[in-house]
Amino acid sequence: MSEPPFEFLEDVTSDLCFVARGGSLSAVFAAAAEALLAATLEEPAALRETERRRLELTEPDLELLLLAFLNELVFLRDARQLLLRPRELWVETEPAGARLRAELVGERIDPGRHRLLADVKAATAHGLKLAFEEGRFRATVTLDV
Amino acid sequence: MPAPAAIRRVRPGLFELAPGFRPGMRVPVRVFASEKLLAEMDATVFEQAAHVATLPGIVEASLCMPDAHWGYGFPIGGVAAMDVRDGVISPGGIGFDINCGMRLVRTGLSFAEVRPKLRELVDALADRVPAGVGRPGFVDLDRDSFCEVLRKGARWAVENGYGVGDDLARTEAGGCFPGADPSRVSERAIERGLRQIGTLGSGNHYLEIQVLHPEGVFDARRASAFGLDLPEQVVVMFHCGSRGFGHQVATDYLQAFLRAMPTKFGLPIIDRELACAPFASQEGRDYYAAMCCAANMSFANRQVILHRVREVFSDLFGRSPEELGIRQVYDVAHNTAKLERHVVGGAERSLLVHRKGATRAFPPGHPELPPEYREAGQPVIIGGSMETGSFLLAGQAEGAASFFSSAHGSGRTMSRTRARKLVRGSDLKRRMEARGIFVRSASWRGLAEEAGFAYKSVEEVAAATEEAGLSKRVAHLLPVGNVKG
Repeated sequence: MSEPPFEFLEDVTSDLCFVARGGSLSAVFAAAAEALLAATLEEPAALRETERRRLELTEPDLELLLLAFLNELVFLRDARQLLLRPRELWVETEPAGARLRAELVGERIDPGRHRLLADVKAATAHGLKLAFEEGRFRATVTLDV
Repeated sequence: MPAPAAIRRVRPGLFELAPGFRPGMRVPVRVFASEKLLAEMDATVFEQAAHVATLPGIVEASLCMPDAHWGYGFPIGGVAAMDVRDGVISPGGIGFDINCGMRLVRTGLSFAEVRPKLRELVDALADRVPAGVGRPGFVDLDRDSFCEVLRKGARWAVENGYGVGDDLARTEAGGCFPGADPSRVSERAIERGLRQIGTLGSGNHYLEIQVLHPEGVFDARRASAFGLDLPEQVVVMFHCGSRGFGHQVATDYLQAFLRAMPTKFGLPIIDRELACAPFASQEGRDYYAAMCCAANMSFANRQVILHRVREVFSDLFGRSPEELGIRQVYDVAHNTAKLERHVVGGAERSLLVHRKGATRAFPPGHPELPPEYREAGQPVIIGGSMETGSFLLAGQAEGAASFFSSAHGSGRTMSRTRARKLVRGSDLKRRMEARGIFVRSASWRGLAEEAGFAYKSVEEVAAATEEAGLSKRVAHLLPVGNVKG
């Protein structure tokens, strides 16, 4: 049976920890964004695409890039009430670090229609890991809620 | 889970791991706990406390309170005092929810008077104190006014009609950390915080109606000094912090410190969440100034929530807050770093005391306490789970061993994901109502995650805190109504 793109783990006593998987860096970053959305919103599949944002980030390494990407999504939700997921996403490594470009789509929070779950305040560096294992990328992320 | 074999018992309520426990430790790890709580602590607590013991400038010991559990970088329930000249400041030693704290308010009402209106009261509080994800606060601010909040803290709230001067006297540091400088805060943090003054938040944040039964009084003299002097007295307790604003401040500086540690400061990164900067560096001073802003935002947040609580009681009972005997007992932070003077090795020194999930607990006679509490000691609030109640304690002279710090809560024993699998929020609500605790929650999921079985015993934590000499039990307060974020 194939593994799901992401799943939440039970063995972290505080907050929420998930594992995201993907066949490429872009896929594992997208799966992590989807896990964050699932932690935040009931029925993420029903999210409409009425808002668009472009995003570009550069960080010293891929793990810090993943952290910065998820924290950008947290910021957009908490400060601007935007629930977003990547429609297009490119991740590449360079000698000086790692770079991400993304087109984010989604919608503004509508209390009448959206049932919000955890108030994720940050993606954290605790136990943060991004590795290539058995032919797939696997990211472990802890969310502070 | 057993504690490390290397740990030794120093005296009842205190255990120690010598510096040789892990490489690089500059000082020992000291754990204030009962045998039972020590045995229940997750192994990560000892590893994280040992990491803290390696930080430059740490003084005396890396300390763990009786409720210590796994945290980001530092354990929650961790205390570390740093020398201000050669020590570091670490966002992970303060916590992301900067100045998350507790406020306790007494009323002159008995439970018999409140019981007929309890559901109405809890509903009104839930409706008028925004809780849960994404609900904006009830204080509308522009950028300049928000920056004034960051500079003045709870004082801004009182000056703008959200409270009385007496509230400030009964708030740690008068509700305002000096040294706050909004120019050290990112625009992103300000944008995130603008709509969050007057919000409870979610997670383990709550607003509770509690009752002090006669059998819950441990120290009648101190209870009376704190205004808890009526039979079956109703009190209000709430727990919240600096919301997304504080988190953004911590995240911004954590990332900045991670970039500067290996290059500019030549500091090794043991754990990314333990990122730090020399306190005397520009980066360290900038974070301290921004952290003070977040602490002040949080004091203001709890102050305006108190104002709402007064309004709700007044509307419902048809009398003024003064006629209802509503008065703040105390507001105390449990996620901060503060500049304090402590006696170390017989000499007084200036220290930056990190308290993460730890409460300041000044002893009787301390000059920073309001005159009416100077004989009793500082009120210390240990928040328990929404099913088991909370404790009010008082600081003790023996607390010098912990830089006058105490426990802050009961500490989780299982993950949120696991708690959700063990109970449904709707079932828990029914179960609590059958036991006389009326609950309003922003989400069923959030309610299930905060079930009492997901936490350690608050009674055990409070007893161990007293045994260790950190503070003395005054009263056990039991919940009858709860608003959950």
